[in-house]
Amino acid sequence: MKAEGIQALAWLLIALPLASAAVLLLGGRRTDRWGHLLGTLAPVLSFVLGLAMFVQMLGYSGAERRRAVHLYEFFSVGGFKVDAGLLLDPLSMTFVLLITGVGSLIHVYSIGYMSHDANRRRFFAYLNLFVAAMLLLVLADNYVGVYFGWEGVGLASYLLIGFWQHKPSAAVAAKKAFVVNRVGDMGLAIAIMLMFATFGTVGFEQVLGTGAHHEGLATQLSTGTATAIGLLLLLGACGKSAQLPLQSWLLDAMEGPTPVSALIHAATMVTAGVYLIVRSAPIFEMSPDAQLVVTIVGAATLLAGAIIGCAKDDIKKALAGSTMSQIGYMVLAAGLGPAGYAIAIAHLVVHGFFKAGMFLGAGSVMHAMNDEVNMRRYGGLAKIMPITFVTFGLGYLAIIGFPGFAGYFTKDLIIEASWAHNPVLGACAILGAAITAFYMSRLMFMTFFGEKRWAEDAHPHESPPVMTWPLVLLAVGSVFGGAFMILGDRFMHFLEPVVGAPEHHHGFDPLAPVGLLTLAVVAAGVALAWAMYGRRPVPVEAPRGGVLTKAARRDLYGDALNESLLMRPGQWLTRLTVFFDNKGVDGLVNGLAAGIGGTSGRVRRVQTGFVRSYALSMFLGAALVVAALLVVRV
Amino acid sequence: MSPTHYLVLSAILFTIGGIGVLVRRNAIVVFMCVELMLNATNLAFVSFARMHGNLDGQIIAFFVMVVAAAEVVVGLAILMTIFRTRRSSSVDDANLLKY
Amino acid sequence: MNPTLLAEAQTHAAEPFVFWLLAIVSVSAALGMILMRKAVHAALLLAVVMLSLAVLYAVLEAPFLAFVQVIVYTGAVLMLFLFVLMLVGVSSTDSLVETIRGQRLWAALAGLGFVGLLAAGVAGAALPTTAGLARANAEGNVVGLARLLFTKYVFAFEVASALLITAALGAMVLAHRERLAPKATQRALSKARFLGDHPTPLPGPGTYARHNAVDMPALLPDGTTSELSVNPIIARRTATAGMHTDLEGRTEEQAAGDDIAAVRAATDTAADADAQDREVKAGVPTAGNKEAGK
Repeated sequence: MKAEGIQALAWLLIALPLASAAVLLLGGRRTDRWGHLLGTLAPVLSFVLGLAMFVQMLGYSGAERRRAVHLYEFFSVGGFKVDAGLLLDPLSMTFVLLITGVGSLIHVYSIGYMSHDANRRRFFAYLNLFVAAMLLLVLADNYVGVYFGWEGVGLASYLLIGFWQHKPSAAVAAKKAFVVNRVGDMGLAIAIMLMFATFGTVGFEQVLGTGAHHEGLATQLSTGTATAIGLLLLLGACGKSAQLPLQSWLLDAMEGPTPVSALIHAATMVTAGVYLIVRSAPIFEMSPDAQLVVTIVGAATLLAGAIIGCAKDDIKKALAGSTMSQIGYMVLAAGLGPAGYAIAIAHLVVHGFFKAGMFLGAGSVMHAMNDEVNMRRYGGLAKIMPITFVTFGLGYLAIIGFPGFAGYFTKDLIIEASWAHNPVLGACAILGAAITAFYMSRLMFMTFFGEKRWAEDAHPHESPPVMTWPLVLLAVGSVFGGAFMILGDRFMHFLEPVVGAPEHHHGFDPLAPVGLLTLAVVAAGVALAWAMYGRRPVPVEAPRGGVLTKAARRDLYGDALNESLLMRPGQWLTRLTVFFDNKGVDGLVNGLAAGIGGTSGRVRRVQTGFVRSYALSMFLGAALVVAALLVVRV
Repeated sequence: MSPTHYLVLSAILFTIGGIGVLVRRNAIVVFMCVELMLNATNLAFVSFARMHGNLDGQIIAFFVMVVAAAEVVVGLAILMTIFRTRRSSSVDDANLLKY
Repeated sequence: MNPTLLAEAQTHAAEPFVFWLLAIVSVSAALGMILMRKAVHAALLLAVVMLSLAVLYAVLEAPFLAFVQVIVYTGAVLMLFLFVLMLVGVSSTDSLVETIRGQRLWAALAGLGFVGLLAAGVAGAALPTTAGLARANAEGNVVGLARLLFTKYVFAFEVASALLITAALGAMVLAHRERLAPKATQRALSKARFLGDHPTPLPGPGTYARHNAVDMPALLPDGTTSELSVNPIIARRTATAGMHTDLEGRTEEQAAGDDIAAVRAATDTAADADAQDREVKAGVPTAGNKEAGK
């Protein structure tokens, strides 16, 4: 249906941050004084607009909530026609609110966090660019638009990870993130090509349909093609969401400033993969094999991320491992089919709140400790930074699934759904919950409790209000978000027009056996962490650790694997090609030149300069001519 | 005598003159060998004139003689001029085209 | 004598004999010409070739051409060659050592191939029967030639005459020596002579009891020879210092032996077979020295 009223202005949501980014980038140093203010104003305006559109959407019901905004024809090549248009339905609206809401809070936080940085204006420009691209990604009404936004957030991520250009480690990390993302992008691109080859179109309405009554072309897919497209889309999602096997870039991406880690690598960009999978649900429905692979990837990643997070002493890297693990939960849920789509998105939303809140809290701690990231140099910060401690703690409780907090509702639903689907997956999810509890508790104990293990020049203090207010608002979401969405199946019904309803649905049961088991393992994890880090003093130098610790410290050898499987063969291949180019191609060309030069050097000796030699050759030629004449005549 | 004998003699004399041009280094001797070649062709023309029964061959031989005379005059003058400056009459001296 | 009758008589009777004789002579002379070391010898052998060719022209019923060959070619052109040889330097002998590698071999091969091809071509050619020039020479060879020359080939005739004029002019231009300094007047020459080292005329060659020749140097009052009395061109070829051997108390045999030694030293004795063949007659030394007259 066509969008009316304020929803028809949906393009403004993207245009405002984009225009702000353009002004700040093109304006240059002239805009330094007020650049951050403009940069914060843009997403706030987008949030206000988005809220208005959301309210308008609530006024509709059922299939009417799906509204299309047609902008213009993007390109029409042969039989391939792609329009630039936006789609406003419950799924995209959820994301719009999440992106603009959490994004605005992080922008406000950045005003304070980046206040000492001379390039703050450029930072806000890039952040706005990111917000615009992410909104395009979730609002586009065809896969090409999604790809546009996909590439845009990749670019913004690269620019922001490597924001401190003078640091070689940052530049390397940015490059790594971009390259690994590229592998995933290739998967998405080929999926789009395959879709075009199969369907002749890539618009959501045509391919995916508009809900239960108007099915799209996806339902006519053969299983083989559906599996192919599904796996390729999964590859793209893995790249963006840092799932196995394309997970190596996420921990290195912590080189960027903390607001970047919070916004991009916790709340929004890394969730784009989950969005893609949920949006392409009709395609995945046609291929049980692809769905199985999705769940396996999700389960493996959630365990891997959790194990990695256990051994990291860098607070941001521990939180990055946690992000990887939580997105694994979302991907696992998304792979379960209609039973899991809504839960995945719900967990995505609350994760956005508490993970962003924890990242910003970590930033606050780093800000207080002179940008120290090693948790072994923290300790005893709870009393000195109360607001940070409380908001961080609320987020912590949310992530471990403490009853009543946001994560409790969403994560338990995922565990239950996966257990119902397949006990192995359920076991993985429960184990993941235990490990999550362990390492998050470890983080809390090492940072806020225990003895002070500070460096000499550390004078920790609470952060200014511009930084603490976003923490507070995000903590509110961490606390109440889950209950709000899950109780009464509010969110499920909200998303029903998009993802359909699960087959057996029985509301949230706090006393389900699986849920109680989960609580038990969570408690065990917390207790173990307290025993290791809460009761005993934390050594300032990291101890050697066993095999598993060593492996976890090295990201479960993810980088080593990539290097030996891909990088070194690639280097050998390039070296081989260079060798062939030098010896073979150049050798051929140079050899030809040398050969001609040598031959001519020898042949020129025929030119003796003596007239008699020339006369001899003339005579010989004359003899040949006579011979030729005789042969012809005779 | 059939013309063949005269023609073969002419060919032999021509070849001897040709070899002389190639082998001798003294410019004047080379010139003389060229004159020998011209004479050989004159002989061929005259024998053909007898064969055909008209005097065209003799006319041509006559003109060859005229041209040879003119050529000798100019050639020797050039030789003299070169000899004045270089003090040598060897043909091998003109080797500026050497690689 | 009527040239036509002469030509006819020779055509029928002795033509093969004449032909073969002259063929052998001319080929030998040509071979000798290219193999001779001294340029003058080569020129004289060329003269032999040209003369034998003239006789062959006469045999071939071309009497006018035969005489023109003798008068113009042998008489004028070849003499011109000899003059230039004299001017250039008749004593300069060519070394017969070949400087270009393989030149002789390839020249011989090319020559043999060429002559073989030509001979094969000529021998294999189907030539019509000889018509003879009896009809063409009916009014005489000269008249016949004139008829052709001034009607059919008149344009070539005119061009040839232009060519001759051009050649003459060209030779004049080339041989001309530009005067770089103004021509010395009589007065300037006198001045130079008196300002030079000997204002008096140079002594002339001597006239003595045994010797009287242009190359005999005069004796100075102290008994030494005067190099100035002999023309420098001649002096270059003879050892004027050792001319008056009898004045230095040697016998005639000794003088003759000295002369021979001098001659040998002046020419390459190793390759010069002539010098070895020469007999030493008493008082008659060789190689352009004196004792010409008594």
